[in-house]
Amino acid sequence: MAAPSYGLIATFETAPEIYHAAQVVRDAGYRNWDVISPCPLHGLDKAMGLRRSIVPRISLAGGITGFCTGMSLIWWTGAYDYKLTVGGKPLFSPMFAFPVSYELTILFTAFATIIGMFVVNGLPRHYHPVLKYSQIKRGMDDAFFIVIEARDPRFNLANTTALLEKAGGKEIKELEA
Amino acid sequence: MAHADQAALPAILAEVKPAVLPRAVLVSNHRSFSWITDKICGIIEGKTPAWWWWCFGVACFVASFTVAGLTYLVATGVGVWGHANPVNWAWDIVNFVFWIGIGHAGTLISAILCLLRQKWRTSINRAAEAMTIFAVVCAAIFPVFHVGRIWYAWFLFPIPNSNYIWQNFRSPLEWDVFAVSTYGTVSVLFWYIGLLPDLAVLRDRFEAAGNKLRSFLYGLFAMGWRGSNRHWSNYEMAYLILAGISTPLVLSVHTIVSFDFAVSLLPGWHTTIFPPYFVAGAIFSGFGMVLTLMLPLRAIYKLEDLITQYHIDCMCKITLATGTIVGYAYAMEFFIAWYSSNPYEGFTFINRAFGPYAWAYWIMISCNVITPQFFWSRRVRANTTLVWVLSIFVNVGMWFERFVIIVTSLARDFLPSSWGYYSPSIVEIFTFFGTFGVFSVLFLLFIRFLPIMPMAELKAVTPQADVHGSDHH
Repeated sequence: MAAPSYGLIATFETAPEIYHAAQVVRDAGYRNWDVISPCPLHGLDKAMGLRRSIVPRISLAGGITGFCTGMSLIWWTGAYDYKLTVGGKPLFSPMFAFPVSYELTILFTAFATIIGMFVVNGLPRHYHPVLKYSQIKRGMDDAFFIVIEARDPRFNLANTTALLEKAGGKEIKELEA
Repeated sequence: MAHADQAALPAILAEVKPAVLPRAVLVSNHRSFSWITDKICGIIEGKTPAWWWWCFGVACFVASFTVAGLTYLVATGVGVWGHANPVNWAWDIVNFVFWIGIGHAGTLISAILCLLRQKWRTSINRAAEAMTIFAVVCAAIFPVFHVGRIWYAWFLFPIPNSNYIWQNFRSPLEWDVFAVSTYGTVSVLFWYIGLLPDLAVLRDRFEAAGNKLRSFLYGLFAMGWRGSNRHWSNYEMAYLILAGISTPLVLSVHTIVSFDFAVSLLPGWHTTIFPPYFVAGAIFSGFGMVLTLMLPLRAIYKLEDLITQYHIDCMCKITLATGTIVGYAYAMEFFIAWYSSNPYEGFTFINRAFGPYAWAYWIMISCNVITPQFFWSRRVRANTTLVWVLSIFVNVGMWFERFVIIVTSLARDFLPSSWGYYSPSIVEIFTFFGTFGVFSVLFLLFIRFLPIMPMAELKAVTPQADVHGSDHH
């Protein structure tokens, strides 16, 4: 092998094929591998052995920040920085501060969720070796791929190729790094 | 009964077989993944059709009325609108609530139906979300320009300024600023996150076609998406959370819009029924607008396999349900006005139905209460032309609902000596008329440059996406 390769890619035509192949690769103990799919497939996360996404934790942190921002903003502006009585009402009350804090909870949660999703996924990303594969565009259209990275400790060109073949993969190719 | 054993059960139970209900087919004619990609991308990649240019020209012309009306207002003063004592809130807020309400169906389809696992939403949610954003744009025009000196509109937000004074957070109008700006922002984020995988598809297709500029632009917003399932896993979770927070958001936005009225002391506004009544009305008008937009699109782009009769049935039924809730709310307002024995409240409602604005009231009743009842009939729902005409009536009726609530209550309140009759000025009429052009311009640009249906989501609801094979599920 001349140039160092990123890994191996195999093509699968249908959802059941990729599902069973993912189970095979998972059970073989690989860690640095991925499935490319044009749409999310129900059950594939489990077949790949993925853990639950950590995005909700980031969202929760965002939501709490938003609620506290709203409450403290309204307290600070109305009851601390510039006290102004309007209509004989209290300077601060969590009741009238609630609607705005509620909206800010949602606003901050939304930003935290989206930014969190991008950060966890390592996006935006300008280049990825997978995108150099000539057939990869089908992964956005109607085909499925399994990519096993060369840096995986279990990776071995001959054995991994054999595994992908056994799992039903077609057109098993090496990817340039 | 915990102690009852198997033998005690009637013998017939063993023979009862639960009926196997067929799942509704969401994509007809067993279309493949690549058919879906080609069909939806084809709309963007094909030559711009002549009708698009015609519609775009007309839409720009109509939109120029808003531009002219607003320019005149800014140059002259807010007095060019027909507001005068006692009606100091009129078309501006009517139009604001009207457009915001239309937006709500988009969020309902994208968020609430997502949480309820109503998979039929997939083919209409993208366009409905676009509708939401453009409706919020149209809605925002009115309160922003009603401040008169638009260059002070930033006073709405808590930004430190040389007067050292802050906003009054006790006021529902200030709550509304936060509700609507959050709603607009979150709607854009939700829309964008849905678009992300589809932008990657377009990036790749335009690159293959050799169109570097468009490939670059779609690629810029696709953020390097490559369909990795590790990404899909986080993406799906993020989408679910956004749906989860948009649901209380959409309910809160129209609740807060209704607080603009309900928190005041004016008879006809000061009622606790307003929040649920406004939310139901918003969804009702929004579905009316979704039908108004989607039925022509379906016919023009031959999307019958993606927007099936089942989809139209579902939308008509939601319109029927929410329209009936609205009708119930109208009746309940009258009942409470009588039951409360409050003479001002009682007068307000008699005045609505039989006073100087009775014409508007009865337009509202006939459009909002009677029109949706036609949707009980399957034959009506199957007639797309008729459904489209009825959806227009829904739009008209919901505009009049806001007009009736706002103007009749203000025109005749506690003090008969200060009663009045409001009519809009030509500037107001132009400005409102033009917003339909603004909306259409934005919507036409959307259907020309962005995928009108979420391809990845559509693929996920086809039988081919079933990992256990489509034959047994």
